[in-house]
Formats: sequence, structure tokens, C-alpha cells
Amino acid sequence: MINWLQNLGRRAMRVFERLGRAHLFLWQVMTGLPQAILRPSLVVTQLYSVGVLSMVIIVVSGLNVGMVLGLQMYNTLSDFGSEESLGQVVALSLVRELGPVVAALLFAGRAGSALTAEIGLMKATEQLAGMAMMAVDPLRRVVVPRFVAACIAMPLLAAIFSAVGVMGGYFVGVGLLGVDSGSFWSTMQSRVDWHEDVLNGIIKSMAFGFVAAWIAVFEGYDAIPTSEGVSRATTRTVVETALAVLALDFILTALMFGVD
Amino acid sequence: MMSQGGETPLVEVRGLSFARGTRVIFDAVDIDIPRGKVTAIMGPSGTGKTTLLNLIGRQLRPASGRIKVDGEDVNTMSRDELYAMRKRMGVMFQTGALFTDLTVFENVAFPLREHTHLSDSMIHDVVLMKLEAVGLRGARDLMPSELSGGMARRVALARAIALDPMMIMYDEPFTGQDPITVGVIMKLIRLLNDALGLTSIVVSHDVHELTMICDHMYVISEGKVVGQGTPQVLDHQGSPWVNQFMHGLPDGPVPFHYPASDYAADLLT
Repeated sequence: MINWLQNLGRRAMRVFERLGRAHLFLWQVMTGLPQAILRPSLVVTQLYSVGVLSMVIIVVSGLNVGMVLGLQMYNTLSDFGSEESLGQVVALSLVRELGPVVAALLFAGRAGSALTAEIGLMKATEQLAGMAMMAVDPLRRVVVPRFVAACIAMPLLAAIFSAVGVMGGYFVGVGLLGVDSGSFWSTMQSRVDWHEDVLNGIIKSMAFGFVAAWIAVFEGYDAIPTSEGVSRATTRTVVETALAVLALDFILTALMFGVD
Repeated sequence: MMSQGGETPLVEVRGLSFARGTRVIFDAVDIDIPRGKVTAIMGPSGTGKTTLLNLIGRQLRPASGRIKVDGEDVNTMSRDELYAMRKRMGVMFQTGALFTDLTVFENVAFPLREHTHLSDSMIHDVVLMKLEAVGLRGARDLMPSELSGGMARRVALARAIALDPMMIMYDEPFTGQDPITVGVIMKLIRLLNDALGLTSIVVSHDVHELTMICDHMYVISEGKVVGQGTPQVLDHQGSPWVNQFMHGLPDGPVPFHYPASDYAADLLT
């Protein structure tokens, strides 16, 4: 019993120690942000690799999610004779929830894992130590531009995901199932509120982007510098980001739309 | 402590103690690295040679003791002072530590772009001069993945001298290299040290190669300096342990046999 308690205590201490390290790391990243503003070229380079290179998976997934959503919602709505509301339902689902959440999950799998692996391997191959010995702070030169780029890319990718998803829903609803095109767009226009829906969706995707970027760069920087260590860090990035995004989604949804 | 020439040593280590967990790596070690010389730090694998370089560059901090580089205590420096000091230190890592997303040219240009305001044409010329010094001017457009291990280390060396440092630390420069590459690296260590007026610290356990190029040697074992002097002195007047290490003898103070019970008794049981 005592051993069990000791083990539990030890594990809890490790978790809290790691959390503390992650927060200290975030603080150091934050203090390095002016560097990113002074050298925007570093951020732009990273924006290409975490943002532009994630476009394919985001566009393809967004299109598929939108098409499935169009099909499912059409079947349900047609039971009540309200197929015209399809545009509204598809847009609200995407803008409020699916866009930010699914884009964040895909982002963690595509860009987050790549960031962790890249930083972890730079650590394992002594590139970060080499940089530090050349009097260049690896946190500011390597981590901060990647963190900023991920924070910028994520809301943009979520917006693209939602926009492409709406196109997918339109293609299935209007193109294949015969919903009136005018109704599709007009219900969407009248029922999707800029502040209540779009802005809240953007806030969500920004929050998810911040968390996904933080986890990805921290896991890479904190990785044990071996192949196994980097592999475990990459896995942790995907798992932790997915859990954090889903938990944060509930909290933000409750705050934005209420739980009463 | 003054060196033989009356100059203070470039690196002065006093009473250095360092441990990893319960394992003592250094126990009150004193080391002087004389200016303008090639000094070798030798010892068996896992004895803490690379750790010593990390302590000198303050990538690690000692439990106790003092490390002075060019008269300044590295452990009491501010971050800015440390970074200013590091600009005057070059390090050639065991793996080369080249940036894999940059070409050879850009790797060597990296410290210049980070720390100077030189024009592109000036950086171009300086990088080509450094690459020429290590014989790799023609490899400027290659990526690190296209280089052999020896070439990668030579590029790392060119990068280490890019800012014209006062000293270079070599971490296991010969490990895993073919004889020709070892010869090239040996020549470069000696040549660059003398031509550029550097101070070099070479960490290695390749006794033969080191005795040919270094001016002074330290042998470290089990947290202590067990021998020091010129290669000639160490070769003939070292302790039995140093003698075994220097000549690669299979048996001696470090026994051939792992501790075991009596052989005959073991066979008869």
C-alpha cells in the first residue's frame, strides 16, 4: 500500500514537474517574441512549412467533411421538410465546431508532429547545442519562429477548412440532392451570425493553434535526444494536442454558448 | 598559475567537481590550457572528456570549482557576457552538428549572418576563404546529407573558425574516420592552430594521433587528472595506469579480466 502510494506520488510529481517546465518554457518563448517581429523572414519560412504544406490535407479533409455533412444533414432535414436550411446547418457545424476542431487535430498530425520531430532531431544531432555554442540562442532562432508560424497558420487553416467544407456541402446538397441554391446561401447568410458564430470559431481556432504550437515545440525541445526519445515525443505531441484541443473545445463552447 | 612562458593560461580550471546523479565525473580537477598550444584531453570512454568541453562552454555548470576563460569566470557571467565569450570560442562537435537544412556554404555563413553586418559579397568571400582552408571550397553547394563524415567535420571546422575565434574545442575529431581523413583532420588542427594563432583543446582517446600533433596532454580517469605533460614525458614517465593507456596494453592496472572468483575453484565446482 505504501509502495503504491509512493509510486503514485512520484508519478504525480513528475507530471507537475513537467507541467512547470512547460510553463517556464512558454514564458521563455514569449520573451523571445520580439525577435520574431524583428526577423519576419524566419517566420515566413516556417509559415510555408507548417501552413502551406498542410494545405492539401486540410483542403481534402474539409471537402470530405463538408460533403458528408451535406449528405447526413440533408437526410435528417428532409424528414422535417426543411432541406432549405441545409446551408445554415452545414455552415454552423463547420464554423462553430468542425472547422476549428478537425483542423486542429489534422494540424497536430501533420505540422505539430513534424515540428516536434524536427526540433527533437536538431537536439539529438547537436544542432541546437552547436547553435548555442555559436552564441545563437536556439530558443529564439529555432523555437520562436516555429511557434509564431504555427499560431498564425492554425486559424487560417481552420478558415480554409470551413470554407472548403461549405463548398463540399453545397456540391452534395445543391449539386447532387437538388436543394435550391438560393435557399442554401440565403439561410446561411441570415442565420450565421458574424460575432456569435464566425468570431467565436476564429477565437477557438486561435486558442487551439496556440496550444498545438506550444505542445509541439515544447515536446521537441524537451525530447530525450535519442531516436526513441524523439519518436516518443512525436507521439506525445499528437496525443496531448488531441486531448487538449477536445477539452479546450468543451470549455470554450461552454463559455461562448453557455451550458444552461 | 603562470604557464612556462609567463603567460596566464587561456583556460584555467580549478577544483572542478561535477557529478551526474550519484556518479562523480570530476573530483576537484585542476587543468590549465596554455595559449597558442594544442592541448589534448585524453581518457577512456565515458570518463567525462566531452563533459569538460561542455563545462568550459557553460553548457553545463559545475557542482563546485572555477573555470576561467581568458581571465573571466564563465559561471559568474551574465547571459550576454557568456554569448560574447562564445563568439570567441569555436567548437567542432563529434557529429559535426551541421544544420541539415542549409548548404555547406550557408552553414559556414551562419555565424557571420547572425553576428556581423557584413555585406553578402563580403560574406561570400569570407566563407570561401574558410572553406578553402579546409579544402572544401568546391563542396560549397552540397547539402550536409551529401557529405562523408570526414567532410562534415571539415565543414564544421570551417564554421568554427568563421568568426576568427581565440580558441577551438574539438570533440572526438578522429572517431570513426578512415586513415586519410584522420590525417587530414590532424593536419588541419595543427595548421589552423599555428596559422591563425589559436588555442586548441582536443578531446579524444586516440593516443597515437594526439601524440603527433599536441603540445601538452592531460589524461583523466575516474574523475581525476592521472597524468599530464608533453607527449614525450607522458610516454616514458607516466604512472603504470598512464603507461597502460598510452601504449594500449591489454593488461595492467586496468585488468584484462572482469573481477571473478578463483578460476580453478570455479572450474572444480
